[in-house]
Amino acid sequence: MGEFKDIAHLIRLAGVFLLGLIFFLVFRSVTIPKSFGRYGPFRGAALVELSSRPLSFAGHAACENCHPDVAALKANGVHKSLNCESCHGPLAKHADDPGNVKPVLPDVAQLCIRCHSENIAKPAGFPQVNAKEHSGGQACNTCHQPHSPGFDAGGKK
Amino acid sequence: MEGFMYPNEVELQWGILIVLYPFLTGLVAGAFILASLERVFRVEEVKPTYRLSLLTALAFLIVAPLPLQLHLGHPERSLEMYLTPHRSSAMAMFGFVYLWYLMAVLVVEIWLDYRRDIVRLAESSRGVKGLLYRALTLGSYNISPAALRIDDRVGWIITLIGIPSAFLLHGYVGFIFGSVKANPWWSTPLMPVVFLFSAMVSGIALVLLMYMVTSAMRRVAVDMRCLDTIAKYLFYTFVIDFALEMLDLIHRIYESDESFRSLDFMVHTRLFYSQILIQIFLGTLAPLALLSLTQMITFPAAARRRIYAIASVLTLVGIFAMRWNVVIGGQLFSKSFLGYTTYKVGFVTREGLLPAVALMILPFAILYVLIKILPPWQEESPFVAEAHGDD
Repeated sequence: MGEFKDIAHLIRLAGVFLLGLIFFLVFRSVTIPKSFGRYGPFRGAALVELSSRPLSFAGHAACENCHPDVAALKANGVHKSLNCESCHGPLAKHADDPGNVKPVLPDVAQLCIRCHSENIAKPAGFPQVNAKEHSGGQACNTCHQPHSPGFDAGGKK
Repeated sequence: MEGFMYPNEVELQWGILIVLYPFLTGLVAGAFILASLERVFRVEEVKPTYRLSLLTALAFLIVAPLPLQLHLGHPERSLEMYLTPHRSSAMAMFGFVYLWYLMAVLVVEIWLDYRRDIVRLAESSRGVKGLLYRALTLGSYNISPAALRIDDRVGWIITLIGIPSAFLLHGYVGFIFGSVKANPWWSTPLMPVVFLFSAMVSGIALVLLMYMVTSAMRRVAVDMRCLDTIAKYLFYTFVIDFALEMLDLIHRIYESDESFRSLDFMVHTRLFYSQILIQIFLGTLAPLALLSLTQMITFPAAARRRIYAIASVLTLVGIFAMRWNVVIGGQLFSKSFLGYTTYKVGFVTREGLLPAVALMILPFAILYVLIKILPPWQEESPFVAEAHGDD
C-alpha cells in the first residue's frame, strides 16, 4: 500500500497524458470528415461534390459538331493535338445555347506568346520568337493561321 | 541572377525563417544532451547547468516550430499534420517526433526533477502563483524520500530514452534536407549526422554562455570546474562535427560529380563570405583554436572565462552560418547547373528579418519566465541540502 502511495503522482501524470490522448482522439473523430481516406489521403465526398458542379468545358467533340471546317483544318496541322478550349477558353454555355451565348475571340497578342515566347529551357526545335523583334507589335494572325500554322496552310503561313 | 534558371528557381521559397528552424531545434537537442551528461553519464562537474540546460531546451523547443508557422500560407492547417498524417511525408512524421520529445521527454523530465520544489512552492505561495504551482503538483504533495527516489529512477529512465529522442529530433531535421534527392547540395546521407553534431556543438555553446551570463546577472561566481568541463565537451564535439563536415567536403571534391562545378563556383562567389569566412574560419577554426589553446595551456580563470565566452559566441555564429549556407545555399543554384540566383532578405515582411530577430529573442523571454517560475539555481533552493541528503 505504501508503495502505491509513492507512485500516486506518477499515476496522476499518466492520467493527464491519458486525458490528453482521449481529447486528441475525440477531437480527431469530430473534425476529420467521415469520408476521409475512402480512396486515398483526401475527403472522398469531395469527388461527388466536384462532379456535381456545373460543367465549364464543352469538350472538343461538341465544337467539331458545329465547326467541321475548322476541325478539318486543325486535324492536319501542328496544332492538331491541342484542344479547342485550350485557346478559346471554357465554352460549355456557348455549346448549350449557340444562338445567344457568343464566345469572345482570344487576344492573340497575349495568347500565342504563352507558348511561343523565346526561352532557352524549351526544346530547340520548338517554334519560339521574341515577339517584339519578330512582329513589331503586329497581331500574330496577320501572317499566321492559328488553326493550322505552318508554310502550307493556304495563304497564310 | 545570372546564367539560366528554371522559372520556379528564380525566387527562393525557403528564407531566413527556415534557416532559423534547424538552428533553434539544434540548440534544443544540444542543450538536452548536455543535461543528460550529468544525469545518465554521471558527469558531476556539469551539475550546475543541469536544470538551466533543461529549461533552455524547453524554451527553444516551444519556439522551434514558430518560424515554420510563419512560413505557411495557412498556418491553421498545420494542425492537420497531426490529425491526418501522411506516412510518406517526412514533415508529418517530424510533427510526432517533436511532440514526443516535447511532452514525453522534456516536460516529464523537468516535472520530475522540479517536483519537490513545486510542492514546496505550492505550499508557500499565494494568489495566481500559488494556483499555478498547485496545478503543477497535479494534486499530489507526496515528497517522501521513497517517492523522490522513484522520481529519480523514472527521471533517469526518461533521460535515457531522451538521448536517442534528442538524436532523432535533430537527426530528423538533417534528414528533411538530406532526403531531398533533387538537390545535390543537400542530398547526402551524412546530412543528419552533420546536423546532429552541429546541434550538439551549438547547444553546448549556448548553455555555456547562458550559464556565464546568468551567473554574472545574479552576481555569483561561476563554477570553473563546471565551465572547464563544458568547454572540454564543446571542444570534443566540435572536433567531431568539423571532421564530419570536412569528410563531406573532401568526398564531394574527390567525387566531383556533375553538380560539382556549379557548387564549387557558388562556394567561391556567392557563399564565399558566409561559408568560407564566417562558417569555416570565424565560426569553426577560430573557436576550435581558442578551445584547443585552453586544453593545452593553463590560463588563469578570468582569461579562461573570456576565451570560453568568445569561443561560444563564435561557435553560435558559425553554426547559424552553417544553417544559412545549407538552407539558402541549396537554393541559389539552378538544377540545370547553368545559373545562379540571389537571396534578398526582406525586413518588415512575414518572412523577413524582423520576425526572425523577434523569434530569436522570444526563447530568451520564455526562458526568463521559466526561470522565474522554476528557479534552476541549486544554491538558492532551500531544498537542495535535503535533495543531496537522499542520494
